[in-house]
Amino acid sequence: MLEKDLLIRIAYLVASVLFIIGIKMLGKTSTARQGNSLSAVAMLIAILATLLDSQVLSLTEIFVTILIGSAIGAVIARRVEMTSMPEMVAIFNGFGGAASVLVAASAYWALAHTAGVSMDAVVSVTVVISIIIGAVTLTGSLVAFGKLKGIINGRSVTFGGQHALNAILFLSTIALSVMVVLEPNEEIYMLGVIVIALLLGILTVIPIGGADMPVVISLLNSYSGIAAAATGFVLNNQVLIIAGALVGASGIILTQIMCKAMNRSLTNVLLGGFGQTKAG
Amino acid sequence: MNAETLLVLLYVLVLASFVGFELISKVPPTLHTPLMSGSNAISGITIVGAIVAAGPQDWSMSKGLGIVALLLATLNVVGGYVVTDRMLQMFKKKKK
Repeated sequence: MLEKDLLIRIAYLVASVLFIIGIKMLGKTSTARQGNSLSAVAMLIAILATLLDSQVLSLTEIFVTILIGSAIGAVIARRVEMTSMPEMVAIFNGFGGAASVLVAASAYWALAHTAGVSMDAVVSVTVVISIIIGAVTLTGSLVAFGKLKGIINGRSVTFGGQHALNAILFLSTIALSVMVVLEPNEEIYMLGVIVIALLLGILTVIPIGGADMPVVISLLNSYSGIAAAATGFVLNNQVLIIAGALVGASGIILTQIMCKAMNRSLTNVLLGGFGQTKAG
Repeated sequence: MNAETLLVLLYVLVLASFVGFELISKVPPTLHTPLMSGSNAISGITIVGAIVAAGPQDWSMSKGLGIVALLLATLNVVGGYVVTDRMLQMFKKKKK
């Protein structure tokens, strides 16, 4: 192993430990703020380490992009009203999901268009997982944002055959995913997966009432962690897998705690419609 | 990817998931939203993947996707941490 690679690996290990301590501290009132700062430091370490990667050659473009993104992110996050925090979390979470889709699509594109290189099964399976979960996170979060903002009807939107439609879409996603794995060079299957997953995200969140949105955002947050972990398999990157799995697992637990606090079960919230007693 | 690499990555995934499951218990209700927001910022770790995807010297579709991913991931990370910090800041003042 090259010395630089070793340094990157050690930095990733340090970042992973700080993420774990950070989340732990976020769960206690007295230490929550330091916990958040600690996890921000961990993120910075992971980013700096990745910039040393031998695959990363265009530092100028990367710096400019990060600078623009940070400026926009900081301004939005500072200006937003305290009462609109949940929708802010939703929209940022949606961006995270979109980023996972794009990273996986980028890796897919590079492999599918390199002559003579066949895509191996692990990569194509994890690319598909990352794209599906990332896409559901993106549109699901946007609908949650819209409901909280009042752009989309905050009440439960249901129509006949909704569950059947979702089931059909879900099954066609699986079928198309199998085709992607079997025929990785046929882009049409991949495009189909993306489009249907985007639709699925909208349709699964739209029947849920506005009052239940925090639970939904928490669940979608957990999804974006799982999508990040899948991206880690695509790129063979351990810090992506660790941080993604931490968010994915702790997000599910947090979602359950939030459901319990409302005296509801998660299935009850997700199936929508029924949950209207509380909202309406 | 060879079987050995895959196995190591699976070890990492399974163990990290168990840590994640154990990490959260008895969180006071006031911390639910900040915790959600804080872990949302951590899920912005995709930024690491985005940097790699945006990495190649020459422009291509693949790199273009990487750059857009990097922009969105940066928004997620920076916005996520700032928003969480603001929530926790307010929380502290309330307590005093």
